[in-house]
Amino acid sequence: MSRRSVSRRQFLGASGAAVVAGLAGCSAGESGTSTDTASSADTLKIGVLEDQSGNFALVGDPKAKASMLAIEEINANGGIDGKQIETFQRDPQSDNQRYQELTRTAINEENVDALWAGYSSATREAIRPIIDRNEQLYFYTTQYEGGVCDEFTFAVGPTARQQLGIVLPYLVEEFGPDIYTIAADYNFGQLSADWVKVLANENDANVLGEEFIPLSESSFGSTINRIQEADPDFVMSMLVGANHTSFYEQKASAGLDIPIGTSTAMAQGYEHRRLNPPAMANIYAGVNYMEEVPTDSNTRDGGFVDRYFEMYPDAPYLNEEAETNYFSTYMYKKAVEQAGTTEQPEVIDALESGIELGTEEAPEAPEGETISLDGATHHVDHHMWIMRADEEHNIEAVENRQIPEQFLSETVGCNLPENPEQTQYTPVDYYEEAE
Amino acid sequence: MVNGINLALQFLDSFAFIVLAAAGLAIIFGIMGVINLAHGEFILIGAYTTTLAATQLGLPLVVAMVVGGVVTGVFGIITERVIISGAWPNWVSQRTLGRDVIEPLYDRLADSMVATFGLSLILTQGARIRFGNSIDQISTPFGAISYGSFSYSTYRIVLAGVSIGLLVATYYLFTRTDFGMRARATIQDKETAQAMGVNTDRMYMLTFGIGSALAGLTGALFAPVISMQPTLGDQFLVEAFVAVVVGGPSVVLGTALSGGVLGAILAVFSNLYGTFIGRIALLVAALIALRFLPEGITGFIEQVQKRRQESE
Repeated sequence: MSRRSVSRRQFLGASGAAVVAGLAGCSAGESGTSTDTASSADTLKIGVLEDQSGNFALVGDPKAKASMLAIEEINANGGIDGKQIETFQRDPQSDNQRYQELTRTAINEENVDALWAGYSSATREAIRPIIDRNEQLYFYTTQYEGGVCDEFTFAVGPTARQQLGIVLPYLVEEFGPDIYTIAADYNFGQLSADWVKVLANENDANVLGEEFIPLSESSFGSTINRIQEADPDFVMSMLVGANHTSFYEQKASAGLDIPIGTSTAMAQGYEHRRLNPPAMANIYAGVNYMEEVPTDSNTRDGGFVDRYFEMYPDAPYLNEEAETNYFSTYMYKKAVEQAGTTEQPEVIDALESGIELGTEEAPEAPEGETISLDGATHHVDHHMWIMRADEEHNIEAVENRQIPEQFLSETVGCNLPENPEQTQYTPVDYYEEAE
Repeated sequence: MVNGINLALQFLDSFAFIVLAAAGLAIIFGIMGVINLAHGEFILIGAYTTTLAATQLGLPLVVAMVVGGVVTGVFGIITERVIISGAWPNWVSQRTLGRDVIEPLYDRLADSMVATFGLSLILTQGARIRFGNSIDQISTPFGAISYGSFSYSTYRIVLAGVSIGLLVATYYLFTRTDFGMRARATIQDKETAQAMGVNTDRMYMLTFGIGSALAGLTGALFAPVISMQPTLGDQFLVEAFVAVVVGGPSVVLGTALSGGVLGAILAVFSNLYGTFIGRIALLVAALIALRFLPEGITGFIEQVQKRRQESE
């Protein structure tokens, strides 16, 4: 009996202490970005939430790995302003609800100084309200449909207008003006298809038809029939995820032999390595980066590819988003050094002053000569490539040039330092042909 | 004319997909009453075994597919012994603790669901840890046939043929052979079957093994045409359960009929209005079927027959 009452008292004491500690934690969290972050003076903390299991594991895993590569390199070279980087890394399992939980944990409990999170646009939109409410500096590093004008979000991957903007005009020139669009049936695919219409209009081409395909679909017989019925000059494919990969093998075995332009295939899920030739023959990817991009900083001894596979000898591929995670970590480093602090408003100010990475100093920009951040829109003017797979799945670079972000900067007039907002703009609001 | 051929081929394709997706489940769920949520992962085992046997061991595709089916069948038997009937753990515990530790999962629908869901998580993540996020794929054999401005993969038509062959073989096995009779007797009335000299334990094990082998064969047959990654089984689950439930109590005939009906609906709607509408039409059709034929298609047929006999 006496033993029991003692243990109850102990329990009450312990839980009371826990409540006090919890409240203290809350108040620290609410005062937000002021001095009391969890990391001590000689460290700073970065959150990395990328899918390592579930539907997007294939494309998310290289992102996590590349973030860790950049962090390890920076730490080995003395950290950021002498501060070593700590990481808060978890696997959200391609599940948007887990993303929301982990985002809250990263911000409120781990007090991360900057957050990298998410593969799909659906994920980004699921966590962006949490990010904005907590005024958290956030890097979204996937190629995406574009249009996010958000004072706390740096969407540093290429946008649909940049990716499709290099590949679509080229295919119109080479093969003719008739286009058929197939795209994944969610916000990314729908908006990318709108961009195909806008770009078709700008290049005097026409979209004969479009089909949106649920992410769970893996049989493409009727889709292939409909493409053959429409008889386009080329197909634009914005298919996403593991199930949709089946399309390429199925169209090859059905004898559908047509050039395909894409912003999603090969550079992200390395289908040209996983599928047997000639499934990916004649596919043109508009990308800022893939492992085969023939720049010096990418391919030389000790270059980006070498360093990645030295750290991860068993990794299957170095994909488009991995490069974005990598260089954006260095952009953050540069911004913190420029700001002289990890205080997030100051770091955001530094990023908005326009950060540029180049060949002169570490790291080089694996995709081209320089990578520069546009402070007004929080987007990057990427060096874009058209990469083509041949009958044996060898990759060659067909064309490349710098393409600035245009939609937010020129069409919308997004200027975040002047006019802070948290909006995603869509092409339908600005172009009649996108409707 | 050409559209007719399109539609016919599309129907064969959908029919084959639904029937093959449901084949193993029809036996394990339909006959044995175990809701096997690891059905998709049994398909995964078949697909991975086939692909690895072809790419790593250099086996010819047909042999690799048979290996895929057999390996999954053996895995199914192990699953039955360890998790579903618990015979092996109980054998050990009888000798060490002197009592059973596992109550068999037969006719415990909800419990079998939880146990097999756990198994499916272990298998998916196990495949991811062991083989990574994808494995290299084999290409589709046989090329394509052309008609007008269209062409269709010959292999997809072969699949339709194989699915019909499998249905006939399964039907024959369970209705025309001694084994089939014993298996059905066991599942209908275990005690009586035992009294008649049937080794019911063995019947459960073998029936589960056959169901698993069929699921494995489905994975083997689809290995060349779907993307090889750890969650590949998921894409079969909806069609499999819908087909078995709509099919009703006479599982093999039911699967054939629901494959026919649902395949036709899927083909017509996805051909005319696109993949998305096709999928919606399939699910709406299943809803309507279950609202008006709660016992499934074959249950409805039985009712009609009974009524006719009574009126005579």
